[in-house]
Amino acid sequence: MKPARAVESNGNAPAPAPIAGGRPTTLLAELTHRCPLRCPYCSNPLELVGAEGELSTDDWKRVLTQARELGVLQLGLSGGEPLVRKDLEQLASHARGLGFYSTLVTSGLGLTRKRAERLRETGLEHIQISIQDTDTQTADRIAGVPAVTQKAAAAAAVRELGFVLSVNVVLHRANLHRVGEIIELAADWGADRLELANTQYYGWALENRTALMPSRAQVEAASAVVDDAIAVHRDRMQIIYVLPDYFEESPKACYGGWGSVYLVVAPDGRTLPCHGATHITTLKFDTVREHSLSWIWEQSSAFQAYRGDDWMREPCRTCPQKAVDFGGCRCQAFALTGDATNPDPVCGLTPHRALIDAALQDADEPIHYQYRDFATGR
Amino acid sequence: MALTSESIPVLWRLARLDFDAVRQQHVLLYPEGAVLLNDTGHAILELCDGARTVTAIAEALKEKYQRDVSADVLAYLTQLTEGDFVREASTSR
Repeated sequence: MKPARAVESNGNAPAPAPIAGGRPTTLLAELTHRCPLRCPYCSNPLELVGAEGELSTDDWKRVLTQARELGVLQLGLSGGEPLVRKDLEQLASHARGLGFYSTLVTSGLGLTRKRAERLRETGLEHIQISIQDTDTQTADRIAGVPAVTQKAAAAAAVRELGFVLSVNVVLHRANLHRVGEIIELAADWGADRLELANTQYYGWALENRTALMPSRAQVEAASAVVDDAIAVHRDRMQIIYVLPDYFEESPKACYGGWGSVYLVVAPDGRTLPCHGATHITTLKFDTVREHSLSWIWEQSSAFQAYRGDDWMREPCRTCPQKAVDFGGCRCQAFALTGDATNPDPVCGLTPHRALIDAALQDADEPIHYQYRDFATGR
Repeated sequence: MALTSESIPVLWRLARLDFDAVRQQHVLLYPEGAVLLNDTGHAILELCDGARTVTAIAEALKEKYQRDVSADVLAYLTQLTEGDFVREASTSR
C-alpha cells in the first residue's frame, strides 16, 4: 500500500484534539494467517498464528470502530487469506458502515461468484487479487498449489460485479522477465490498478532471498518495460511499481515515518507499526485484547520506538534526506544488522551497504524455495 | 500535458470526495490512499465536474474569496494532476 499524503493542514473547521504521532490514515487488518498458498516471499511472520489464536468477530468489530475513531480512512482486510474467515462479510459490512474505503486483499482462492456477490452487498468497493506469474508452471511452483484457473475466475467475477479491481504481483528472479506479459494479462482482465512489487526481503522472503534475487540485467530490462507501460495504460489502468530497493542507491522511505500514518493488527491482536516490524525481536507489541487502539497508537513502546528522529544515529541524524526517507526501513536495518537504529543498509552512506552488495551476487545461485507450512508450525 | 486555464479538469475515476467526521476535514479517497484537503482545495475539487474549465472554476470561486484566485486554482490543480488525482477531461478519465 502507498502512504496517504497530507497535502495541507486543516482549514477553519474546529480542530479535533491533537494526539501523539498525529492521526493514522491506514490500517492493515490481518484477519488470519491461514492461507491455501505457500508463497516463498509471504509477508506473514515465520511463526504463524493458528485459527485458535485469532481474534473473534466482536474483537475485530471493536478494532475497526476504534480505528475509525482514531482517524483511519483506509482499511485493508488482509491475511493470510481473509476469505477463510466466515465472518468476512460481517466485518466488511461493519467497515462500510463506519465509512472506511476498504480493500479486500486476497489470493482469489475461495472467491466464488456467490461469495463475491455477498461481498458486493456489504458495500465493499475494492478487491486486490494476487497472481504469481503468467506462466502456469512457475505460478504453481511459487504458490505451492495450482491456483491459476481459480484466480482468473475470481477476477472475472470481481469485474462483472463492479468492484474496483487491483492485481498484485510480487516480482523476483523467476518472473521478472515476464513483467510485460503480466501487465498485458492484468489489462486483459480489465484491472483498474496493477501493483508490481519487487520482493522486499523480510521474514520468508529473506529466508528465500538467494532463490528470489534477480540479476541487475533483469531489473533494468523490467524497469524499461514498466516505464513504457505506465504511460500506455495510464487512462485505463494505474500501474504502481515498487522498486527493488537493493538495486537502488537510497533506501525506500519508512511508510510515512514510523508510527505516523500506518498500523497493522495481526490475527492474534498484536498491533504493529508495520507488518515487517514483527521481525524486530527487541520490540514488544501490545494487543487489542488488552488495550484500546488509541492507547496502543499513543502509548505502546513499539510505536514510540522510532517515531520522529531522536533515535537516529549518524549519518541519518544530520542527513537532509531524513525528512524524505526517515532513515529508510527499520525492519530492514534490524533484519540485516541486528540493530534497528542503524541506517537502512541500502543507503550508500552506511558501511553496512556491503551486506546488500554481497546479496546482489545471489542471482547466480540455483533456485530452491522454502515454503511456509502449517503442518510444521510455520 | 500541462494543465492550462482552458483545460477541463476532472477527478480521477477511482477517486472520490468524502468528509472525515473525525478530523472534521474533507478528504479525497482512492484505492489504498487518501489526501487530506483544506476547505479551499475541497471547494476547487467540487467544481471539477467535467464541464467547467480551470478559468470557469476560478470564476465561480471569485465571489466566495472576494479576489482573483485563478493562479491559485491552476497551481493547486496542477499539483494534483502531477499525482494523477486530477486529469484532463479531453482525454479518457
